[in-house]
Amino acid sequence: MPELNEGGQIPELRVTPDKYLTVRYAGASGDFNPIHIDEDFAKAVGLPGRILHGLWTMAQVARAQTEAAGGPEHLKRLSVQFRGMGVPEQEVLVTGTVRERRDGRVIVDTVAEQGEKRIIRNAEAELEL
Amino acid sequence: MPVNKQAIGKSYEPLVYAVGREKIREYARAVGETNPVHLDVEAARAAGYADVVAPPMFAVVYSAPAVGPPIFDPELELNFAMMVHGGQEFEWGPPVVAGDEITTTVSVKDISEDEDRGYYVFESLSTNQRGEQVCRGTWTQIVRGV
Repeated sequence: MPELNEGGQIPELRVTPDKYLTVRYAGASGDFNPIHIDEDFAKAVGLPGRILHGLWTMAQVARAQTEAAGGPEHLKRLSVQFRGMGVPEQEVLVTGTVRERRDGRVIVDTVAEQGEKRIIRNAEAELEL
Repeated sequence: MPVNKQAIGKSYEPLVYAVGREKIREYARAVGETNPVHLDVEAARAAGYADVVAPPMFAVVYSAPAVGPPIFDPELELNFAMMVHGGQEFEWGPPVVAGDEITTTVSVKDISEDEDRGYYVFESLSTNQRGEQVCRGTWTQIVRGV
């Protein structure tokens, strides 16, 4: 487990959502908005194609924190802004920097990117160690 | 057209969600969790939990259904077709495990506008069967072209 000291990085998380991930996530989460699962519908409403669920991407940001901290019980708060749009079949990279550590509470500034595009930004995680 | 702010403070009927073991596993696999406490009952028990543990973001599964009624409440006049999910915050309490019953109540925390965008902020409070608050969610929906 990393030290998670001020200025340090959490281990990066890389994950490539496969072609059918959005279908599995729709079923698992209950969010069946067709912009995530129907290529024709997505294009008809002006999107480049099916897009990732923002909350799936947020779950990747959460996973990067819980893996860094050593378990799900350490993540106490996560706040994100959704920007841009994630797409299937392209690697998502989650990185984070420890901004503050005080009395066992750690604040991480974290972000999710796909290529050059930041799909989650201004994200802040609070971990209890 | 200015946004209708009358509904600020309004709250909605609580919704009860029964957390199932296979639902946790299905969700955990869909988000790529590999920690066995989310997938394997014996591993979860060995780690001190009563059953498999919901990943923190499983909060979406038990609390999002309660956010639907306010979004579609005619009193809010929220144009769903132009809505995008702008931001999300979750604050977690004790862990949720399979077998828990989670009650979620949603209220309208704020409605505002900035240039041509409407901002609708909903708050969800989720408690388990022991009355412990397991999650507080803040859902920011942005409506373009108000």
